[in-house]
Amino acid sequence: MPIKFPFSRRREVPTEAWTKCPTCESQIFNRQLERNLRVCPTCGHHFRMGIGERIELLLDDASFIEHDAGLESGDPLAFHDQKPYTDRLAAARTKTGLREAAVWGTGTIDGQRVAIGLFDFRFMGGSMGSVVGEKLARCFEFALVERTPAIVVSASGGARMQEGTLSLLQLAKTTAPLTRLDAAGIPFISVLTDPTTGGVLASFASLGDVILAEPKALIGFAGARVASGTVGEELPEGFQSAESLLEHGFVDDVVPRAELRSTLSRLLRLLPVAPAEDAWQAGGETRGWGPIGVLSGIAERLGTAVSETIGIEVEVPAGEEPDAARERANGEDR
Amino acid sequence: MTEIVLSPAPPSPEAIESAWRRVQLARHPQRPRTLALAALIFDDFAELHGDRSFRDDPAIVGGPALLDGRPVMLIGHQKGNDTESNIFRNFGSPHPEGFRKAQRLMRLADKLGMPVVTFLDTAGAFPGPAAEERGQAEAIASSIKLMTGLQVPIVVVIVGEGGSGGALAIGVGDEVLALENSTYSVISPEGCAAILWRAPEAAPTAAAAMRMTAADQLELGVVDGIIEEPGEGAHADHAATAVAVKRAILASLGRITRLDTEALLTTRYARLRGIGLIRETEIPSRPRLEQPSLRRRIGRLLRLPGIPRRPRWSEIWPSGDDGNDNSEEGA
Repeated sequence: MPIKFPFSRRREVPTEAWTKCPTCESQIFNRQLERNLRVCPTCGHHFRMGIGERIELLLDDASFIEHDAGLESGDPLAFHDQKPYTDRLAAARTKTGLREAAVWGTGTIDGQRVAIGLFDFRFMGGSMGSVVGEKLARCFEFALVERTPAIVVSASGGARMQEGTLSLLQLAKTTAPLTRLDAAGIPFISVLTDPTTGGVLASFASLGDVILAEPKALIGFAGARVASGTVGEELPEGFQSAESLLEHGFVDDVVPRAELRSTLSRLLRLLPVAPAEDAWQAGGETRGWGPIGVLSGIAERLGTAVSETIGIEVEVPAGEEPDAARERANGEDR
Repeated sequence: MTEIVLSPAPPSPEAIESAWRRVQLARHPQRPRTLALAALIFDDFAELHGDRSFRDDPAIVGGPALLDGRPVMLIGHQKGNDTESNIFRNFGSPHPEGFRKAQRLMRLADKLGMPVVTFLDTAGAFPGPAAEERGQAEAIASSIKLMTGLQVPIVVVIVGEGGSGGALAIGVGDEVLALENSTYSVISPEGCAAILWRAPEAAPTAAAAMRMTAADQLELGVVDGIIEEPGEGAHADHAATAVAVKRAILASLGRITRLDTEALLTTRYARLRGIGLIRETEIPSRPRLEQPSLRRRIGRLLRLPGIPRRPRWSEIWPSGDDGNDNSEEGA
């Protein structure tokens, strides 16, 4: 308890300007906390971070562009517990300034372009309903089409109960595009922050080609209340921590916040997007740079191609004029 | 899907009673389980064991089976029918090795080009410390991912309880069928009641609010078809239930196996991509911040009045002060 003198300067500082660290109980000046990336300067406790600060932490200055900002949740079940779902959504919007618990967009990390999804736990526990699932699926699909690496920074309690099984199926909806990223040779890096549990961990968040976690982050399948309600036993202290997952082989590394950006940048350089298939073939030994090589490259890009020793037959996707298809292929080649 | 225009209201007593009755039927101790149905439906079934890395999980069973003379891969949750067998089967709640066994069998089906048939009947994946330690979330996630890319037809039948991620882990399919008195939910009604109502006794209300009955799931587009149960329910007549399930699987396979692999995968992808209710509102994406003029840049640098500073993302979406509140939970 600070002693207050009637004319001391301390009186001018409002009490909200201080935050108490839950780990070491020291009082931290809020501006100092912000400058220190919301990490306690005394003990290194990582406070939760909003989406805005996370963008500034990870991405190059002013490089972030939000996509699908207008996506909004409906109320498919007309769900009503102690208050209606629509009221909970409205309250969360007012509290956070966000429209949903996740945001996705594009940006650069040291000049390397990425598609990135980010969660805010304060929006209904970062829970994943139809819209959060849709945003992440679109993020992965963008990465697939544009051939950029994908990154998701998770902070979520899991699937959103208020949308019932529609939320549950978002686990599959967000996972299906990852199968396509595998086939296309595009890396996906999953960053787990405090807390990542339930359905989000049981889908895309556990499926990163590389999985990073923030120190001491709570990461686990069953939330404490679900586990103690179902099994009737409390999980041991520190059991679902990032460090424990590292020890058991479920995350690649625990990275302090100050090093997260440089780690991601390094990984993006070390794990580049695989060259597109036709680029491989065009540059390969079997196919030269001559006109036949280019033509068969086009043919392959269009899908099924029957190549004879003389002349190449190109099968055009249904509903597309042959000329238009060829023009498109040529245009892409230039 | 179309949006329901009901104004949200707490479920009526009738709705609660009816939903809870279905939950009780789905959990009925005499309800036919996977192995019982397998014996009645298939001409032959060879159970295979083990995940090849840790142990055999008795809560998930599976192996090749003959359906009307055609080989398929059967995978299903397995509950017991008395206390002893339920303890052995862990009440049908799988550990990670159960899902890894399922994955192993799916890969075998993929290799041999056999359709996969799965039976869902679990309260959920087991949430205990041992399951956590061996990567429950990873096992479910990789199982779901494997199913999204499997190059053989998949028919899913919800025969009892379709409990959350533990059910979905073997529940991604080209067609999802449900027995009339089965349920499918994102969390158990007890769990939902504990979190949203903070009262476990609100479970029947939560069951109604989550709309977890087979009929509700059909309406929501999560389930593609309902298999009618004989008389009082599946527990009363296993043989008739098996006949109905067999007929439904054959009809479903007949529809799916007509597709070639590419069409199969494209349709499966589209089916998953379309699930959920979203609204695209008019708000355009935030425009790219343009390179400001020299005057503006100098003005900003010197903080001259009248030159607005470009807002930072941390001002648009700030971090909050309720940093350690875990009260809002998902499933």
